[in-house]
Amino acid sequence: MPVQYESILEEHKTVRTAVGLFDVCHMGEVEFVGPGALSAVERLVSNDVRKLVDGQARYTVVCYEDGGIVDDCIVYREHAERIVIVINAANVDKDVAWFAKSVEGRSDVTFRNLSDDYGLIAVQGPLAVSLLQRLAPEAELAQVKSFHFRKAEMLGIPVWAARTGYTGEDGFEVFVPASETARLWNAMLEVGKDLGVKPIGLGARDTLRLEACLSLYGNDIDATTNPFEANLGWVVKLDHDFIGRAALEAIKAKPLQRKLCAFVMDGRGTARHGYNIYATETGGEPIGVVTSGSLGPTVGKNLGLGYVPIEQAELGNRFFVDCRGKRIAAQVVKSPFYRRPAL
Amino acid sequence: MSKYPADLRYTKDHEWARIDGKRAVIGITDFAVHQLGDITMVEPPKEGESHNRGTPIGTVESVKAVSDIYAPLSGKVVKTNDPLRDQPELLNEDCYDEGWIAELELSNLDESKELMTSEEYALYVKDQG
Repeated sequence: MPVQYESILEEHKTVRTAVGLFDVCHMGEVEFVGPGALSAVERLVSNDVRKLVDGQARYTVVCYEDGGIVDDCIVYREHAERIVIVINAANVDKDVAWFAKSVEGRSDVTFRNLSDDYGLIAVQGPLAVSLLQRLAPEAELAQVKSFHFRKAEMLGIPVWAARTGYTGEDGFEVFVPASETARLWNAMLEVGKDLGVKPIGLGARDTLRLEACLSLYGNDIDATTNPFEANLGWVVKLDHDFIGRAALEAIKAKPLQRKLCAFVMDGRGTARHGYNIYATETGGEPIGVVTSGSLGPTVGKNLGLGYVPIEQAELGNRFFVDCRGKRIAAQVVKSPFYRRPAL
Repeated sequence: MSKYPADLRYTKDHEWARIDGKRAVIGITDFAVHQLGDITMVEPPKEGESHNRGTPIGTVESVKAVSDIYAPLSGKVVKTNDPLRDQPELLNEDCYDEGWIAELELSNLDESKELMTSEEYALYVKDQG
């Protein structure tokens, strides 16, 4: 996946106004199969997967015993005895080892890494459903609810069409056998021509997800951050047993020390990953650090996410981001920066 | 317009200089602009400042990266392209004309011999692609 095919700004706009294709084959896919599949996944993830129905998906984090985040991922329940999880590309080896360890000694569940078997194409944008319906007219994909998925056939290829994504737009992620990915990709570009479909690179993937305030593992969350300070408390359900629960319970019982906040820069300066945040325009020690930052093309402002002490994270609070030696003012705003218009 | 106009001289850091006697208009090359992608901010050098060749004199920021602009030649900044502050996209549209960055009064005319010609630069970036 290149950073850009043509222009990040053009690609970003394509996804917000039409439909874009993301080759996200680098993402990892794993499966848990067997009578113990559901209980194995339940023990692994912070969110509650017990009430998922067949064909339903759920966003969650996976935690270490101390509450730090192993990865964020989406759990897809095919049926009670087969659960598929999509994990971040950079974390595949680490996750596979961690997941395998969590089911060690269990005979009621088989865990496998399917990353080489599956291709994944994200079809994102307001016209995504129109495009996919042309390839699978029988599947009634418009009926698929958000965070649900359906088996379908496209060009005779068996796929899963999941109404999930990483852009803040409507759209699907299409699971396809790896050997057929290129053929399906090309067909999508062909059949969606009049809809304005374009391939989208990593650059726009980042600006799109940032506007929607979707976390990027390795930037906004990692082993040293806990879900509560990362605004992911909503995926932590403490009423079931999972790895890290005890630590998270203890963390939740105390006031938060710091928080990931969304901020908008004054003017043209761009905050970037790793830049320091200061309370004042000159002097003082850094109070926090930028985890993600970019121009938000749809919002039309320079946006950022960063960890700051809780009292600095209040809406409307102002602080300064050190952009290569120059402190530029920023203001904490409501997350997300962008929410797609209701239909 | 050629990607690397023949009347300009070029640096390894992807600046260009249009030398006219003791003065030179400078900017960044089509190659640099394409590497950066959509440009969102240009911070030109300050008028009146003198810089040695190869020192950072400003920055160019795009959606994906931020990059220094280095002085292609030693000299004093006598003029800057102020519209770039509000219209950084001029660089994407026309990096050799509307997107010029500054004009220098040169302090060492011999330095220009060390810059690359259009052909040399075209060969140089071929290896960088």
